[in-house]
Amino acid sequence: MTITPISPSHAASQPSPSTVPDAQGRFGQFGGKYVPETLMPALTELEQALYHYRDDAEFQAEFQGLLKDYVGRATPLYFAERITEHYARPDGTGAQIYLKREDLNHTGAHKINNALGQVLLAKRMGKQRIIAETGAGQHGVATATVCARFGLDCIIYMGVHDMERQSLNVFRMRLMGAEVRPVSAGTGTLKDATSEAIRDWVTNVESTHYILGSVAGPHPYPMLVRDFQSVIGKETRQQSLAMWGGLPDILLACVGGGSNAMGLFYEFVKDASVRMIGIEAGGEGVNSEKHAATLTRGRVGVLHGAMSYLLQDHDGQVVEPYSISAGLDYPGVGPEHSYMKDAGRAEYYSVTDAEALEGFQQLSRLEGIIPALETAHAIAYLETLCPQLDGSPHIVINCSGRGDKDVQTAIKHLDLNG
Amino acid sequence: MVSVSERMNALRDRGQCALIPFITAGDPNLDTTAKALQVLDRSGADLIELGVPYSDPLADGPVIQAAATRALARGVGLDDVLAMLKPLSPTLQAPIILFIYYNPILNRGIEPFLQAVVDAGVKGLVVPDLPLEEMDVLLKPAQAAGVEVTLLVAPTTPKERYEAIATKCQGFIYLVSVTGVTGIRTKIESRVQDILLDLQGVTDKPIGVGFGIAEPGQAKQVMEWGADAVIVGSAFVKRLADGEPHQSLLAVESLCRALKGAIASD
Repeated sequence: MTITPISPSHAASQPSPSTVPDAQGRFGQFGGKYVPETLMPALTELEQALYHYRDDAEFQAEFQGLLKDYVGRATPLYFAERITEHYARPDGTGAQIYLKREDLNHTGAHKINNALGQVLLAKRMGKQRIIAETGAGQHGVATATVCARFGLDCIIYMGVHDMERQSLNVFRMRLMGAEVRPVSAGTGTLKDATSEAIRDWVTNVESTHYILGSVAGPHPYPMLVRDFQSVIGKETRQQSLAMWGGLPDILLACVGGGSNAMGLFYEFVKDASVRMIGIEAGGEGVNSEKHAATLTRGRVGVLHGAMSYLLQDHDGQVVEPYSISAGLDYPGVGPEHSYMKDAGRAEYYSVTDAEALEGFQQLSRLEGIIPALETAHAIAYLETLCPQLDGSPHIVINCSGRGDKDVQTAIKHLDLNG
Repeated sequence: MVSVSERMNALRDRGQCALIPFITAGDPNLDTTAKALQVLDRSGADLIELGVPYSDPLADGPVIQAAATRALARGVGLDDVLAMLKPLSPTLQAPIILFIYYNPILNRGIEPFLQAVVDAGVKGLVVPDLPLEEMDVLLKPAQAAGVEVTLLVAPTTPKERYEAIATKCQGFIYLVSVTGVTGIRTKIESRVQDILLDLQGVTDKPIGVGFGIAEPGQAKQVMEWGADAVIVGSAFVKRLADGEPHQSLLAVESLCRALKGAIASD
């Protein structure tokens, strides 16, 4: 039997998206804590630490100070003039396209916002050992970075396939003193690395903090990671008000687990005029078996501690996803995205590998910005979105990471001679 | 056929500690699984835990993980496991407890799942990723269907949770003897004895100890600390994975008899 997802028509009876999660970590039916009993006390401890420190002046002073001086925030909201021209209509109207430049953060992606926040919590909880999973390596690099900065032991679990396609990031992590443990189970990608990190945590939970990298996993992680990433949307609000005296009309971001999208979206959830669009990895097409479009093609399930949409087979086995982008190559998705989809608050679509590679080249050629392949999925959706729009709406794309790490992958697919 | 709690209580009334072997269904194949269940049943197993292969077994160490992966690669699904079990379970003395992760249950739907397992003669369930806080959705329907659901207590579980877990738990309480995943350990942590005592202070339900126990000496130790049941998994799974089915079944029989001998009181 299949589980029928809640249809958007039920949205009115759901709690408002701005008041979730509840005390049990539920976003409507999604979220929760589906973990072995061994981890339950650690999740409670983490939740208490979060509630205590998020309003603690000393914690916030240290966090905000490091975001500014170490990470390099605030990141610019950049008007992408030539992309805007590219999509302009003959009469000169068309989408005004802005990039929230998370790629300019220290370590080259939004991941450091969360890694920094969590390491400051871990330090206060007295945990000397840090573990993390990584797909593209950006979260692993961010975690290795903050562990080096605070002198903590750091172990990163990474699928063997991802270690091969992201070897630059493997070297960066090792250079900063982290141990990168290869995971060969399954297809050796992000799902398997996450499972192995959770097993490590089950075994070493008393000495170890697990810096989960996305708005996924058991409560309180989806809330905690959202909180630390929400700086993206907060800055965007201030910057858009300063730049054009209004809010963005459309927010656009790629979604794997969904942390960069949630970081941008969350601040605007209550602003009904702001349209939110998440782009999933369509791989070789959502009608093929090779994609990672969880919200587009998944059914409700439980993975890595949370109930959410999930790519699974008829027997409830989690299927191996596929994407050219290691950071989107995940069969689950953050529970709050599942909730926002069913509540009709955000829209989710997908683009294929081939379209993402077009986006990758387009931003490089028109703006001189090489985006991460993950980010390139959001860029690529402009092809579909812009012709549908009237007038000159302001679009903010989360430029979530830079693409240096993906050059080796891109070389295999692109013939740039001539 | 006898329920999990009836079997556990009857053994306890006789001053006996129960032996609960665990094997992964479908490794090396379902035919061998069926034979292994029969071998265990006649070699001293009082109850048997049967693991349903799952793609992301978060509570399992390398041995059971690998067994599950092999079984899935052979295409073993929940229906295959239950079809194997249905004609077999009435012939076994030992009640069967299914060890299954939550997603395959959710995927099927709780009611249809329960109907299917009851139909196959399953008497108990262990769902390792469904802790106390998430358990309500399964407990009452299972009770109505006549399947007992065991909850787990870990070394990290605060004492304040013991009573709530014990109250909701059916059949027996599963005390995880290590902070960690399933697998063979050389030594059983001595704090297990203290946890057993604390648990016995808040409940009179039987308590089984598992995760890490592989040898007769360890089983005896846990029995002497006051456990009502000893659960041994990876050591059996490993024997089934090694060598030809004929030899591996002999190895399973020999381990089962040795474990039973170690915990049997005269």
